Amino acid sequence: MNKSKFLFVAAAFVALALWPLTVGQYGVDLVTKIMVFAIFALSLELLVGSTGLVCFGQAAFFGIGAYATVLLTPQDGAPSLLWLLPACVLLAALYALLVGALSLRTKGVYFIMVTLAFAQMAYYVVHDTPLGGGTDGIYLMTKPVLGTLLDLDKPQAFYGFTLACLAGVFGFLTLLLRSRFGRALAGIRVNEQRMRATGFSTYPYKLAAFVISGGIAGLAGFLFAVKDGYVNPELISWHLSGEVLIMIILGGLGHLRGALIGAFAFALLQEFFKSEAIFGEFAKHWHLGLGLSIIACVALLPRGLVGVPGQLAARLSGRLTGARGAPSQEVPHD
Amino acid sequence: MDFATFLIQCLNALQYGLLLFLVASGLTLIFGIMGVINLAHGSFYMIGAYMAYALAPIVGSTFGGGFFATLAVGLVLAVLLGYVLEWAFFSFLYEREHLQQVLMTYGLILIFEELRSLIVGNDVHGVQPPEWLAGTFALGEVMTYPVYRLFISGVCLALAAGMWFVFTRTRLGMMIRAGSTNREMVQSLGIDIKFLYRVVFAAGVAIAVLAGMVAAPVSSVYPNMGNQVLIICFVVVVIGGIGSIRGALLAALLIGAVDTFGKVIFPQAAGVLVYVLMALILLWKPDGLFKAG
Repeated sequence: MNKSKFLFVAAAFVALALWPLTVGQYGVDLVTKIMVFAIFALSLELLVGSTGLVCFGQAAFFGIGAYATVLLTPQDGAPSLLWLLPACVLLAALYALLVGALSLRTKGVYFIMVTLAFAQMAYYVVHDTPLGGGTDGIYLMTKPVLGTLLDLDKPQAFYGFTLACLAGVFGFLTLLLRSRFGRALAGIRVNEQRMRATGFSTYPYKLAAFVISGGIAGLAGFLFAVKDGYVNPELISWHLSGEVLIMIILGGLGHLRGALIGAFAFALLQEFFKSEAIFGEFAKHWHLGLGLSIIACVALLPRGLVGVPGQLAARLSGRLTGARGAPSQEVPHD
Repeated sequence: MDFATFLIQCLNALQYGLLLFLVASGLTLIFGIMGVINLAHGSFYMIGAYMAYALAPIVGSTFGGGFFATLAVGLVLAVLLGYVLEWAFFSFLYEREHLQQVLMTYGLILIFEELRSLIVGNDVHGVQPPEWLAGTFALGEVMTYPVYRLFISGVCLALAAGMWFVFTRTRLGMMIRAGSTNREMVQSLGIDIKFLYRVVFAAGVAIAVLAGMVAAPVSSVYPNMGNQVLIICFVVVVIGGIGSIRGALLAALLIGAVDTFGKVIFPQAAGVLVYVLMALILLWKPDGLFKAG
């Protein structure tokens, strides 16, 4: 990570830490929700952007984390964070192990569809059986606590905890991608054949990335369930898998900050177009504005939002040297 | 299950499967030949169904009505829509990564759904089949079966045959098949590949719109109908093998049968059966049933 990128990420986290001091309840709730989705987006970024595995069933791990939170919470008294959180992450990771072990036999679009299939199976299990309250969903009775130190029922405390989780996941993934393991994943993304030729057995690497990703998605699901105090089958539906994929593409693939930026951009665009203060009556047609902005992003920003400074710099230097048009820096993946 | 019920379920499975094939064939064409993952394909199906609902009175007052006149007007509009969409949105995407196309077509879905809500509203509408197809015929002693469902199957079969003919027996089909294998080579042989792609895209859109128009009297017309059919069509395309029309036909019939009989025999698990089937098939054959070629 070079200096300007480090400064950007550091500034972003400082701004997030200071945010609750400056705004009211609504702002805190909104950013808490966005941070949960940012963690979710980071989990998918590890697969799609870093390893080149496009998973279209990520909501399954998110949903399993969320359902596990509610189902494991005992009837009497608040559960301890110390066992509940690891248990939810572990359950999501276990399902990811099962799904990954089978679906990594396929490639490309077939992989996309097999991961979708496994997510739909999880969806129909909670949708059609009484296990998770069926289509109505279930409520979380008591929110978990950490002794007397931390009570997640308080919005400010929960904001801090979510921010800490986001920072933890971001730091963990940064270190992971810089390790030998992360380099191997990058090699698999660029050319899996060549990685195999250099003596890497790629399957265990991909499977490990899949399980880690599932665990992180489970963490996001846990936070979501605690935040809302309510889970329903929509948390596993393919719409959510699609939305999180849209977030990371919008932000820019291949960069962890892309997932952060994408999650914030997507949620803030939604808030903006839904705002009745700006659009009045038309606000109920907010999909139109969102769709148009997404298409504008695709047309104008081929590398996602994360590539904007680079594009500006290229255009600026192009103008200074008198060259016509910015040189293309696209590196095709396949 | 007695024999008449079984026969009716068979006919239903056949009709559903053929309809799925019609939508999925456009998807697999655009995907296999142009390499574009088009999430907005379900929206074309939705547009078709809404056309059947909205165009019928307009066509009735200008051309004196008639079921086929409505279909024809809808098809012309669909081809125009496909042609313009390809020119405006897709022609600059071919060199980009697949995921950029996913993002773009996702944006298109949002726009189409919202335009639909602005123009027609969010109500559910029924569409009447034409009078000469509205009847039923007897199956066994008590059961009857609507003629219109048979008509749908007939239209789908005719289109499948037509597509097979165009692909394997005409010069245009030959050029399209060549273009899917090697874009640059075809271009250097003096064939206008951009125009060819535009034609394929327009044809894919037209087939999906036609499927929507034909299906409207059976399925009725409701918001988000496109997204429901989209995922199941991706399942069909992937099981059949991407780009393979033959595979799509077989997969669509298979899905139609599994879904229809699943609802009768295991109503609790009907939704999940299709996905279990897809997972099993792809674990057995990771490239689908028929590899494209």
